[in-house]
Amino acid sequence: MQTHLKKRIELIIEMPLLRRVTERFNAAGVSGYSVLPVIAGRGQSGTWSADGQVSDAGQMAAVICIVDEAKLDAVLDVVFAVVSKQIGLVTVADVAVVRPERF
Amino acid sequence: MTLTELAAQNLVSPMVLFFIVGLSAAFAKSDLTVPEAVAKLLSLYLLMSIGFRGGAEVAHHGLSAPLLETVAAGIALSFAMPLVAFAILRRITRLSGVDAAAVAAHYGSISAVTLAAVTGALNQLKIPYEGYMIAVAAAMETPAIVTALNLARPYRDTTDGAGKDRAFWGEVLLNGSVVTLLGAFAVGAITGERGYTLVKPFFVELFAGFLCLFLLDMGLVAGRGLLQGRKNLSAALAVFAVVMPLIGASAGAGLAILIGLSAGGTAVLMTLAASASYIAVPAALRLALPEANPAIPLTLSLGVTFPFNLLIGIPLYISIADRIAKVAH
Repeated sequence: MQTHLKKRIELIIEMPLLRRVTERFNAAGVSGYSVLPVIAGRGQSGTWSADGQVSDAGQMAAVICIVDEAKLDAVLDVVFAVVSKQIGLVTVADVAVVRPERF
Repeated sequence: MTLTELAAQNLVSPMVLFFIVGLSAAFAKSDLTVPEAVAKLLSLYLLMSIGFRGGAEVAHHGLSAPLLETVAAGIALSFAMPLVAFAILRRITRLSGVDAAAVAAHYGSISAVTLAAVTGALNQLKIPYEGYMIAVAAAMETPAIVTALNLARPYRDTTDGAGKDRAFWGEVLLNGSVVTLLGAFAVGAITGERGYTLVKPFFVELFAGFLCLFLLDMGLVAGRGLLQGRKNLSAALAVFAVVMPLIGASAGAGLAILIGLSAGGTAVLMTLAASASYIAVPAALRLALPEANPAIPLTLSLGVTFPFNLLIGIPLYISIADRIAKVAH
């Protein structure tokens, strides 16, 4: 099967930022994204767990989207403006998709 | 009832004992959990119950004169308390300006769960309080954030618009607990006696049981939060987390005397001023003050101040409020 190279942007963000990030994705013309809950992890401040957080403010979410390379910088610029000072991660990876017209 | 009797009665109330069970389970590393969705439902129930009963009380007795004065006093307290908290923190701790401002915001705002606890205790003791105290609580949620952002400004190496955009203030002012409290208050005020009779079996008679379940979860959350965040907890910060509620309660008592609130109303205002936010303010500050370490204020407000208020503060405030009312009337 023929595959096509695209870029996968993965963000681990604090839950209070979720709406702002997805709004930036929409404004930047991203065709779709997925939001996943983050259950636990370990970072610069030590271990963290979603269990026992008293409100959504303490929760984390993963946001994944796949974009064409031509859009990558524009999307990263607007998203990074929101998350640059926050707890979390921003990663970009090469992925292969089978339906390139969707991205 | 003397302070000792009140404190003893409070300590052996089912609510407090369930909180202690949760706290102990967390310290013992038990796997006991309350599912997140259940905890959210309980929180919603408690806020709706308090709000509805406040509204129904206003519908029954009408709006008494000190409503505006009490709301204004609550807003003034919320604006001013972070200034006091910030000054103390900068003097006795090594927190950075930004972290001190973040902690100060939490202590200027209020804890809806502590409000639930004090209303539960007052109901148990059959001490009435002004129904509009619910509106006062809602009004006290956000002014502290404004003060804290201004306090933090000189310590921030940024000129971005954090905390200035309309969307941010929309989210803060319409946070879930404020909307639930005020919405239920409005429903209670509109439906009055008829509505109260209709929902009494759910909102009134089940309140103590649901509060027990919620406080069991709060014990678990507070205990685990304390275990996770203890490295952020210096002796000076722990002292602050116990002294600050007493300062807040004293300020609340002073204003309650000036306004002429009842014993119950005074106890509620004292408790609101003594409580520290751990739901509304953390979410707002992650957006407006992202440089602040969120674990510090949460460990203090949830791990130290909330248990202090629940175990010692609330009976103390009720006892003082009772004495104030006896002297004043």
